[in-house]
Order: sequence, then C-alpha cells, then structure tokens
Amino acid sequence: MITAAMVWEWVIKSVIICLAMTIGFAYVTLYERKVLARIQVRVGPNRAGPWGALQPLADAVKLIFKEELTPATADKKIFFIAPIITVLPMLVITAVIPWGESVTIGGKTFNLYLTDSNIATLYLMAVTSISVYGITLAGWSSNNKYALMGGLRSTAQMVSYELALGLSFVGPIMLASSMSILDIVHAQSKIWYIFFQPAGFLLFFVASLAEVNRAPFDMPEAEQELTAGYHAEYSGMKFALFFMAEYGKMIAVSMIGSSLFLGGFLSPVGFLSNIPVIGFLFGNGPHWLLLKVAAWLFVMIWIRATWPRIRYDRLMALGWKIMFPLGLLNVVITAIVIVLVGG
Amino acid sequence: MSLGLIFMYSALALVVVVSGIGLITSRNAIYAALFLVLNFVTVALLYIALGAPFIALAQVTVYAGSIMVLFLFVIMLLGAEQLPIAEPLRGQRVLGILLAVAFLAEMVLFVLLRGAPTVAGQAVSPDFSTPTTIGMLLFERYLLPFEMTAGVLLAATVGAIFMTRQPRPDRKGALPAIPEESKE
Repeated sequence: MITAAMVWEWVIKSVIICLAMTIGFAYVTLYERKVLARIQVRVGPNRAGPWGALQPLADAVKLIFKEELTPATADKKIFFIAPIITVLPMLVITAVIPWGESVTIGGKTFNLYLTDSNIATLYLMAVTSISVYGITLAGWSSNNKYALMGGLRSTAQMVSYELALGLSFVGPIMLASSMSILDIVHAQSKIWYIFFQPAGFLLFFVASLAEVNRAPFDMPEAEQELTAGYHAEYSGMKFALFFMAEYGKMIAVSMIGSSLFLGGFLSPVGFLSNIPVIGFLFGNGPHWLLLKVAAWLFVMIWIRATWPRIRYDRLMALGWKIMFPLGLLNVVITAIVIVLVGG
Repeated sequence: MSLGLIFMYSALALVVVVSGIGLITSRNAIYAALFLVLNFVTVALLYIALGAPFIALAQVTVYAGSIMVLFLFVIMLLGAEQLPIAEPLRGQRVLGILLAVAFLAEMVLFVLLRGAPTVAGQAVSPDFSTPTTIGMLLFERYLLPFEMTAGVLLAATVGAIFMTRQPRPDRKGALPAIPEESKE
C-alpha cells in the first residue's frame, strides 16, 4: 500500500537526483575545461574562487543576464519548448541507477535508489530514444539551414547508434538474468562484466559517445561546417539548457556504463573494509560510483582532446556495418556460452 | 473506483483524445507528428497505470523513440511541413464523419442492448507483465508468430536495401545502363 511517508521519500529522492544532476553538470563543465587545459599545457580557469572552483557560478550568472534572441522566422512555440524537451530526459534517466545499498538514519532504513524495477534497462532505452526530439526540434524550429542540418545529423546518428547501444545492454542482462540494474550490479560482486563482455563494453562506450554527441562523434554541432549546429540560434538560458543536457547526459551514460560493466557502487577492494576507522572507504558505497563516473568522464574528455572528428559517412558506416553486426554477434556468442557453461 | 483513480484516468484520456484531434486537425506536419508522439507517450502512461510497464516502455522505445523520429526526419529532410489545404483523396472527410457516426452508434447500441453487465476480467497474477513471463510466452507458446514477424521484418529490410542500392560503376568508371542491371 502506498503511504504518505513513501510518497515523501520518493519526492525527496527525486529532488536529490535532479539537484545532483544539475550540480554535477555545473562541475563537469569545470572538470572538462581544467582537464582539456592540462592536456594542452594550459592552466585553465583559475580566477573565480580557489582553483577556479566558482567558475560554473560565474558562468551561470553571465548566461542568466544575457539577452535572449528569438529569430523572426523561427517557429516560436517549438523554439521555446525544444530546450525543455532536451533537458527533461537527462534529469529523469538516472532514476533507475542505484547509488548504493541502504543507509540507516535515526533507526529508519533508506534504500539508496529511487526505484529498483525489473524493467530498468528498458526504461533507460526508452528515455534515450526520446532524448533526440529536443535536438531535432531545436534544429528545425530555428529555421536556419545550419541548425536544420545539425538537427538532421543528430537524428540519423542517434537512431543508428541506439541499436548498438541496446544490443550492448543485452550482454549484462543475460549474464545477470535480470533487467534490474541493482541485480546486474550485485551479479558483478565477484568479477566485473567488463571482463566477461569486453566487446559489449566497447560497443557501449562507442555508442554512448555517439548518443551524447561527444567527440569524435560531435557532428551535429561541428563548428567548422555548421557554425554551432542545432543550437546556433539559441542564446542566454536557452543555450545553457542545451549545454546542461549535453553534460548531464555525459554523467548519465557514465553512471549507466559504470553500473553495467564496472560494478557500479561495488568496491573493487572490498576485502580491506575490515580495517578500523577508515574501513568504510573501502566498502561498497556511492563514493565508488562517483569515482568510476569521474574516471569515465576523464576518458571522454581525453578522447575529445586527442581525436579529430570523424567524417559523416564514416560515422554511419561504422554504426551500421561494424557496430550493429558486432552487437548481434556478441549477443549470440554470449547466449551460446551461457548455455554451454550452464550459467 | 476511488475519486483519485477516476480523476487520473480521465486526465490521461483527455490528453489522448485531445492529442488525437490535434493530430488530424493541424496543418503542419511537424505539429501533427508531435501530437502523435504525445498520444503514444500518454497511452504508455495508461499502460503503466494498468500495471503493464513492460509494454508501456516498449511502446515508448519503438513508436515514440524510433518510428516517429524517422517520420520527423523524413518530414524535415523533404521540407514537407506544410500540408496542402486541398485533400488529395476527395470525399474522405464525408466518409470519415460517416464512419465515426457509425462507430459511436455501435458503442451506444452495445451499452444499451447488452444483457447482463460484462463479466469482470479474471484477476491476473501480479507477474503477468514481467519481462520473464513475456519472454517465456514469446519464445515458447507464440514462437511461430514471433519468428514469422521477424521474417516479415527481415524481408522488408532486404527490400528497402535493394531499392536504395546504387548501381555499381564498372571498371571503366562509367555507370552501367539501368536495363542491363535489371537483366542480371
């Protein structure tokens, strides 16, 4: 039975998730600028606050006070609603990712996840597939050739790579014989799935880069050919929402990938958790998820700093002719091995 | 049914009907497609309310997330946003209204003429919509329809690829004439 206390718990957890994604977005921008700067032997932002720690706040203040322009020939309604549609999926997608087991506060036990559903991975697929609308509509409603091209590119790209992304989910689902992320994480307590599913991990990583429009797949916003792609006409807070969606999605795919392939909140050095005082640092918990997400984000930023953008037809060929068959093959081989080993 | 449930179902039903009407009345293809997406997502919410989240999320992934995205893609690529004011099929509006009236009459007649109230559906077990149950049904009881659907989809895919295939240039670099291609 649903009680008022349960509803309040859900509301509070949802607010925490949304706030965490928003704050996470703000600091991932700083993280990216700092890491890119270090890779290019620069210092990076260091004026606002100690080590530039207040830079995201300064950026936010600047963006709030910027003038917002709406092109005269734009489709006003869709132009207004597109940034909102882009941000919503990124705020809700991590609802099914567990942050840890449970904590006891004041004699009451709270689970560290909003929901543990037996269709969690399907939920991830559904939200990912919806998230393309905002970008497409932004490109179309701007009534600008470059923006439209950016929107079309992102549609084609996300539809193509969604297949490989979905197929890469199937490996962990079959190994854990459950679609719940919590079960998948628990099934990795002995060995992470990256070792059982190296091809699946690679597929997930490449497809997720394409899905969040990161380099080397950031074709929809290629500056040199499309000015800024789908958000060329956006300014002020509306632009900030697109920015937020991009970085929020980076956090989301890092959390999903860490949970599916890197053991999520499980600690790789759990045997050290019996050490007194500092033992909890080596036990399972949200800090391990945070650490894995930070490492994952670092690799994404590193790739952006290192690799050039790939050509558009190559991108499509990679998605359809290499990743999709590889994903199917991975599923078939995993299934055969599971049957043979009797897992 | 409690008042809250009635309120929730009527709100969802209202969105479904209004988005359906918006779909057929808007003269801009993009808006029509977006109304259809709203319709699909709201119907998915109805499925969730009925305790079938699997089918709900499958509906969102497949219809709203893939098929409608491709619709939008084609509309934008062809620049076919503005629908013509004149209808290409003459008389379809009259026919549509007639069919709608017939459908409404059938519904009213059904409610009026049915004898006993319809039997309440059997209580289904709580796990009727889990992925395991659905998977077992698909791969054991309904294996033949499942495989036949897969075959039909595969045939459609092969056909689409064949139709968009470009004639391969021969060694001299010239495109072969199309009749020769079809003789092979």
